Amino acid sequence: MSDSAPIVRFEHVTMQFPGVLANDDVSLSIRAGEVFALVGENGAGKSTLMNLLYGLLQPTLGKIYIKEQATGARYDPLRAMALGVGMVHQHFKLVPSFTVAQNIALGMEPRKHGVFYDRKRIDAEVTDLCERFGLPLNPADVVGELSIGLQQRVEILKALHRGADVLILDEPTAVLTPHETDELFEVIRRIVADKGMTVLLITHKLGEVMRLSDRVGVMRRGKLLGVLNTAETDERALAAMMVGRDVIFDEFRLGSPGVREVLAVRGLMARDDRGLPAVKGVDITVHAGEIVGVCGVEGNGQTELMECIMGMRPQTGGSVTLNGLDVSRRDPRAIRAMGVSWIPEDRLRTGLSERATVTENLLVGKQRRPEFSLFKVHYRRRNAKRYGEKLAAEFDIRSGGLDIPMGSLSGGNMQKTILAREFSFDSPVLVISQPTRGVDIGAIEFIHEKILEKRNAGCAILLVSADLDELFRLCDRLVTIYEGQITGRFDAGTIDKQQIGYYMTGGRQKGAEGA
Amino acid sequence: MSEIFNIQLVQTTLRTATPVVLCALGCLMSEQVGIMNIGVDGMMLMGAFFAVLGSYLFGSWVMGLALVMVVGVLLGLFYYVFSVKFKSDEFIIGVALNILAGGLTVFLLRTLFGVKGSFSGPGIVPLPTIHIPWLENVPVLGPILSGNTLLVYVSWLLVLVSWLFLYKTPLGFHLRASGEAPEALRASGRSPEKMKRLASVLCGVLATLSGAHLSLGYLTMFSENMSASRGYVAVACVIFGGSNPPRVFLAALLFGFIDALGMRLQKYIPSDVTSMAPYVVTVVMMVIVVLFRRSRLAAHAKKLG
Repeated sequence: MSDSAPIVRFEHVTMQFPGVLANDDVSLSIRAGEVFALVGENGAGKSTLMNLLYGLLQPTLGKIYIKEQATGARYDPLRAMALGVGMVHQHFKLVPSFTVAQNIALGMEPRKHGVFYDRKRIDAEVTDLCERFGLPLNPADVVGELSIGLQQRVEILKALHRGADVLILDEPTAVLTPHETDELFEVIRRIVADKGMTVLLITHKLGEVMRLSDRVGVMRRGKLLGVLNTAETDERALAAMMVGRDVIFDEFRLGSPGVREVLAVRGLMARDDRGLPAVKGVDITVHAGEIVGVCGVEGNGQTELMECIMGMRPQTGGSVTLNGLDVSRRDPRAIRAMGVSWIPEDRLRTGLSERATVTENLLVGKQRRPEFSLFKVHYRRRNAKRYGEKLAAEFDIRSGGLDIPMGSLSGGNMQKTILAREFSFDSPVLVISQPTRGVDIGAIEFIHEKILEKRNAGCAILLVSADLDELFRLCDRLVTIYEGQITGRFDAGTIDKQQIGYYMTGGRQKGAEGA
Repeated sequence: MSEIFNIQLVQTTLRTATPVVLCALGCLMSEQVGIMNIGVDGMMLMGAFFAVLGSYLFGSWVMGLALVMVVGVLLGLFYYVFSVKFKSDEFIIGVALNILAGGLTVFLLRTLFGVKGSFSGPGIVPLPTIHIPWLENVPVLGPILSGNTLLVYVSWLLVLVSWLFLYKTPLGFHLRASGEAPEALRASGRSPEKMKRLASVLCGVLATLSGAHLSLGYLTMFSENMSASRGYVAVACVIFGGSNPPRVFLAALLFGFIDALGMRLQKYIPSDVTSMAPYVVTVVMMVIVVLFRRSRLAAHAKKLG
């Protein structure tokens, strides 16, 4: 494999966005028939490089060759497809109301009588394609009703149907369950081995790189730092290269949980936005000085559970108590005033105001304090600014100034802003959802340290995350949630990932609901 | 009772529904690509004016329609440029267009024809009435289906054509995809903007044609503000019918029926009350849409478990 000709070649490719140098003189050759992983932190330029290859962007400087053919100035996705390049985007490019076949055919539908869509022909083609690649799907199913894993399969088939032999996968496992991830990897291995496909994998999960790839390229700040044979490196070396310094991967020391019960959720029930039961009698207690993790596949009631605790969603049964005081019917402001801070899962919708400045976002919740509002009417800008600067320094928020709109910061810095705001309340209880979703490795490490600091300071922390590594790393106790019910309770260190996967997908521990 | 419910009621229903049908067909094209076009009312009014102008100037209804279509294309492009290219607020552009249409037609009426309020006269050539020989003498169906003006038949045909277009042709798929998931369309190498432009132009043409039906088919005159907010009713029909041509057609017929019924009830009920009827129905329709959508969501959720 190693001496085969390059199927894709980047030559001194530079991509300049206004104010950002996304790709800086990148030269890279991809061999036919290999799985090549491209790793790097968020904003390192991986996706940009792949978007260039797929013709979604035009490079400022440099050339890209596909099968030794130069891509010209008028290169676009249509030409990319013609040259055999297909791309599965992180956010699927599917039309939810269309069928599987319609999505696969989109843009190149077969016609009959010159104008009409030929459903029979495309359905047959899709069925045939599914069989050939061993990816079963029903062509007549509506895509919006499929699971995320199957939607991804539609995307892959779409690329294959266009005759792709170079497949770009952008963060393909970000939205998948562990089981779906295994399935996807199986598929990738098969198409590479049997069909001679070349796969380009963008990821920041190093475990996946080690599992799947032949070679790996590491990017940082737009530059390609180097290409390594996967077999000759390890996660630690890659992480150090990505971040530019050593990353501590060791397990953190477990805390010594107190006995004081701080947050208690008992028999909690709630409905989701569609009015269906989403939380069906959940019991969780959190003591001072411990982190309790809720682990489950997304959409099993975690969101509703957290919203109930924070008073954002009416509960239909059960209770939430704080230090023995029932707060079930209180509103979010009252609950916060009682010493609960919240890091919501959707930082853009619930966590921040994109249009407000960084300082303003840092101040939310404290704006009524006399040092920021004179006689409750006058906004004391200078004090606010000083306070914002202090927090930004403490939490390492990197932005182009604190008076710029929040929305212009990167995901990691947005998350640090929320963290700074919430942690600065010094609340004894922290309710945290998905603290590191879409955040790069350097920031993840920082956020984890801050959370553990809080735990060691005696906070009671409830943590919901879809990232098993994160939960295993931080939590003192774990509960698994499935379809709105607790299916298992574990002390950290007494269970491994494979086992927990069983409880996350409906397996049930004896007596789990009680306890 | 037979004074109210008779064949004429059906005839009036079809006649009053036609402008709404045409306008709604245009509006649904726009809705399908994700452009909320409330400017259709102004487009209708402009169409009504330019139809009369073309017909009067050239002494031919064909030229009237041709002029209307040119204006329709331009208005569609105008809407596209401002809402998609410049990303301005669709609602504001729509309202601006409606106000502009009101003012511009009055201004042109005064400067070109030198009249105030309305313009009519023998110089305006109306749209032809089409008699279908073998159908004409069939009782009940004859008087309903035969003897309507051209655009009534065109509107029926267009309901079918636009349905086929949107749900049976690749181009229609692209058009719908450009509204629902523009990035999906872009990733497959097609330009969602082109589809939005096409839909916007179709919307302009159909909405102005609906005006032509008002001034050259329904009546043979132009009067100030003669669209009488039918454009807004069309928007309501589009939402009521879920942007699906046959359903939107039925919604427009319902509107036409209520309108026609209202006119007949004027003998018994004050006309101020009866002329409210179509708009009251519009409000009721919207409430039904919301309730229906909610129950369907719940049913769908139940199906998924």
